[in-house]
Amino acid sequence: MILIAVISLGAIGAIGAVFLYAASKKFEVYEDPRIAQVQEVLPGANCGGCGYPGCGGFATACVKADTLDGLLCPVGGAPVMGKVAAILGKEAASAEPMVAVVRCNGTCAARPRTNRYDGVKSCAIASTLYGGETGCSFGCLGYGDCVAACNFDAIHVNPDTGLPEVDEDKCTSCGACVKACPKNIIELRKKGPKSRRIFVSCVNKDKGAVARKACANACIGCGKCAKECPFGAITVENNVAYIDYTKCRMCRKCVAVCPTGAIHELNFPPRKEAAPAVSAAPVKPAVAPKAEAKPEAPQTAASQVETKEETNQK
Amino acid sequence: MENKLYVSPSPHIHGGDSISKNMYGVLIALVPAFLVSLYFFGLGALIVTVASVFFCALFEYLIQKFLMKKEPTLCDGSAILTGVLLAFNLPSNLPVWIIAIGALAAIGIGKMSFGGLGNNIFNPALTGRIFLLISFPAQMTTWPVAGQLTSYTDATTGATVLSLMNEGALDKLPSLSDMLVGNMGGSLGEVSALALLLGLFYMLWKKIITWHIPVSIFVTVFVFTGIMHLVNPVQYACPCVHLLSGGLMLGAIFMATDYVTSPMSKSGMIVYGVGIGILTTVIRLFGSYPEGMSFAIFIMNGVTPLINSYMKPKHFGGK
Amino acid sequence: MLRTFRIGGIHPPENKLSAGKKITALAAPKQVIIPLSQHIGAPAQAVVKKGDPVKVGTLVAKAGGFVSANIHSSVSGKVNKIDNALDASGYKRPAIYIDVEGDEWEETIDRSDALVKDCTLSSKEIVDKIAAAGIVGLGGATFPTQVKLLPPPGSKAEIIIINAVECEPYLTSDHSLMMEKGEQILVGVTLLMKAVNVNKAVIGIENNKPDAIAHLTKLATAYPGIEIMPLKVQYPQGGEKQLIDAVIRRQVKSGALPISAGAVVQNVGTAYAVYEAVQKNKPLFERVVTVTGKAVANPSNFLVRMGTPINTLIEAAGGIPENTGKIIGGGPMMGKALVSAEVPVTKGSSGVLLLTKEESVRKPMQDCIRCAKCVNACPMGLNPAFLMKFTVYKDWEKAEANYIQDCIECGSCSYTCPANRPLLDQIRLGKGKVMGIIRARKS
Repeated sequence: MILIAVISLGAIGAIGAVFLYAASKKFEVYEDPRIAQVQEVLPGANCGGCGYPGCGGFATACVKADTLDGLLCPVGGAPVMGKVAAILGKEAASAEPMVAVVRCNGTCAARPRTNRYDGVKSCAIASTLYGGETGCSFGCLGYGDCVAACNFDAIHVNPDTGLPEVDEDKCTSCGACVKACPKNIIELRKKGPKSRRIFVSCVNKDKGAVARKACANACIGCGKCAKECPFGAITVENNVAYIDYTKCRMCRKCVAVCPTGAIHELNFPPRKEAAPAVSAAPVKPAVAPKAEAKPEAPQTAASQVETKEETNQK
Repeated sequence: MENKLYVSPSPHIHGGDSISKNMYGVLIALVPAFLVSLYFFGLGALIVTVASVFFCALFEYLIQKFLMKKEPTLCDGSAILTGVLLAFNLPSNLPVWIIAIGALAAIGIGKMSFGGLGNNIFNPALTGRIFLLISFPAQMTTWPVAGQLTSYTDATTGATVLSLMNEGALDKLPSLSDMLVGNMGGSLGEVSALALLLGLFYMLWKKIITWHIPVSIFVTVFVFTGIMHLVNPVQYACPCVHLLSGGLMLGAIFMATDYVTSPMSKSGMIVYGVGIGILTTVIRLFGSYPEGMSFAIFIMNGVTPLINSYMKPKHFGGK
Repeated sequence: MLRTFRIGGIHPPENKLSAGKKITALAAPKQVIIPLSQHIGAPAQAVVKKGDPVKVGTLVAKAGGFVSANIHSSVSGKVNKIDNALDASGYKRPAIYIDVEGDEWEETIDRSDALVKDCTLSSKEIVDKIAAAGIVGLGGATFPTQVKLLPPPGSKAEIIIINAVECEPYLTSDHSLMMEKGEQILVGVTLLMKAVNVNKAVIGIENNKPDAIAHLTKLATAYPGIEIMPLKVQYPQGGEKQLIDAVIRRQVKSGALPISAGAVVQNVGTAYAVYEAVQKNKPLFERVVTVTGKAVANPSNFLVRMGTPINTLIEAAGGIPENTGKIIGGGPMMGKALVSAEVPVTKGSSGVLLLTKEESVRKPMQDCIRCAKCVNACPMGLNPAFLMKFTVYKDWEKAEANYIQDCIECGSCSYTCPANRPLLDQIRLGKGKVMGIIRARKS
């Protein structure tokens, strides 16, 4: 009895094995083994920040491409791309570290509400319906589509200001939030030396008076910053200033002259109090928009040198 | 202006329908059947129903409050409805501790493990009933004889129409008029076809359900058993007996039409109803269980997502 | 049995509070704001500049493309400025501000009340006159009328269907127009028939307006080819595809134009505007607007100059009630909630509805219980619950396969949902995305 059972089961097993072996040979699909190797070193977040459908798609693209120019895993950054390059024997494209920046500082205090939104709490839906709960139809709606889009838990809406804030350590500059924002407020900018960077935190294209009425922190397009900038990095178009991060040398003069505090500086050391005034004393913004210390006096020559050195160190 | 205006996408008015309105509507539709069960099974029916509702509501509350950590939604009436439907599927002499286990299976496994109302795949009351049927086959298949008003677990039990049919004792069946009124053995809510039909008309009138599911079940069972009866009238009972016996009415009107677990398009509802009808008849006539309604609905519940993705509503302008 | 469309539909409470009220003409305000984009399509381009004197009926902006419409001054006075103004959706869009001085009309406009029945113009001349007068669909869609009257090559119109169903609750502007300007409407319909070379027209009126049906039926005996068809009350019968289905029992295929079913649909208000434009040389610069709401002291139908701020209308109807929570431009089902009462009346404003706070706030959303009430309500035969799910999960392929692009945004699904789910909010977003994908694929 036992023998029959063993034999019959063994026979079934053998037939199955033969069949599976034949099938695997017959239907085998050749896949470049390097794709698996590349995928191994990728972060595996499948965020799509590289522009390909997941890490597998990116690995395939890397293997197929002749050079790695234009192929970048924003999550892993240079180290991961270096590993990929080593596997494939290609040159890795150097990439500047980037970070997402929210270009709106219309806090609840600075930007009074004019109506109450009662639809689905989604920026995409609200923005197809109307301009938003405040007088500024360009600013952040605050329903957190960017938060939902982020795979790395790197962006959160601050309940006090009603604005999203980026956690620089977690942000991988995958760009998911940039795509998710219907108002095009979020931008990927150069992370900068020691994460220091300067940007115009406003995208309001209304004329100065209208923008100012809607939001105390709005860029009014006055152009003072553009005049002040020694490097020609600032342009004013459609009543809103924009700082070209490839030209900006972090001198912070624009921050000092901005009458509404729309230009933000991040991660700079506090300025020295007794500094010689380079330009006219700036108008203090109606509402302090940031947590960072922002002394009245503009920066010193020393700090300018310091930041320049940092830029050069790169 | 001092008052800030509300802004929202259209439409700006709502019909005022709500989940709880629908749930309580079904409960109202169940009242006639409950009264009949009180008339025939007396105290037992009352104890079983109250216990079932109590435990279902209790488990729903506890699970939502302490396991899911969210605001309990007892008021929407869905747990009460599950309790009543579960009770209606039980014999009126079932001990309370078994009912409690059934309620836990219904609410805990059937509903909350999927995420609560709206997310469950299977009808919770049926889940509870089938759980009990498999766990306690003896207690679940001995039904008290109708008319013992003051007895509970001590009631004398007797055969049901379906068990008689299963044994091939067609000559001992009660009269059709008794079956219509409910003067027979069975689970406490399923006996009176008349009371259940009254509930059906109420729900149709209130637009709580549409006719598609119950009618397609009735027609399928009638036609299928009718053919079998014509083929062999000695072995297979006439279709009217099948329609009026067992849990068919209760299942077709109240269990199969459960919103969450039935298809959404009308064509899908008919496919679903026909499927239930065929499965029920097959189990009844050829299976070892005397009653197949619960299993039929349960199986079709599982097929519902598939039906939903294939049977789309009739599209304006055609393809 | 009365006809109606054959799939879905709902019956919201009618609340026609201003029914039977005579149309009252409102005097021009001190300043009007005339947006350059009052229609679907390209915005019009201003042809006046700051300081220019204008009369009532002067062309102030000309059509900015094929699908666009002329805009005329609704008052006489001076152009104050051309600047951005708040539109109904809270965005700032270019508009012409005109300071009102007196009430001087262009000489070409025939201001007499006399009915002019005869028209010797050819169909092309009629269409040109309609285009010159800047007429757009006055039911709310504001699609330029002349474009609709020029069927694309290869298609032929067989019938004109006049939309007089006014299926939106509360609104009565079309109803009052039919009662007071019945004869003119019929002449307008005759002109439209001539414009598209058909000899048959049907005016569809819902059965909740028996007086209008009786009135027009009596008058129509003198106008050959025009039939008045009472329709069973059901929302959204005013939807173009639904109305065609109701009247001639043909369903326009997915993605096709109504002309494929041989029908050209025009609003009854448009027919009246056509009469005035062709027979009286009067461009479209005023329209009938219903101001209504349960808390409004005196719900009324006003004849209003375009560009009048909406709060002027509300003042005339008794002022903004204390507990107003929402001001809607249009009806409660498809109208737009306004961010402010300062926005002007435009060509598409059929009504102003004031809801109380209690009526305004949505109830909290619950999980979908798959009751299929939205499926039964959807007049396009869609499954709104699934379409919402596809949108939330951004599954555009499935959404398209389930015809999200056919949604007419009538709101019947959200209206019926017992779980208070914002079905249309999501579907509208998904529809926009899918339409974008389809357009990208075509080009």
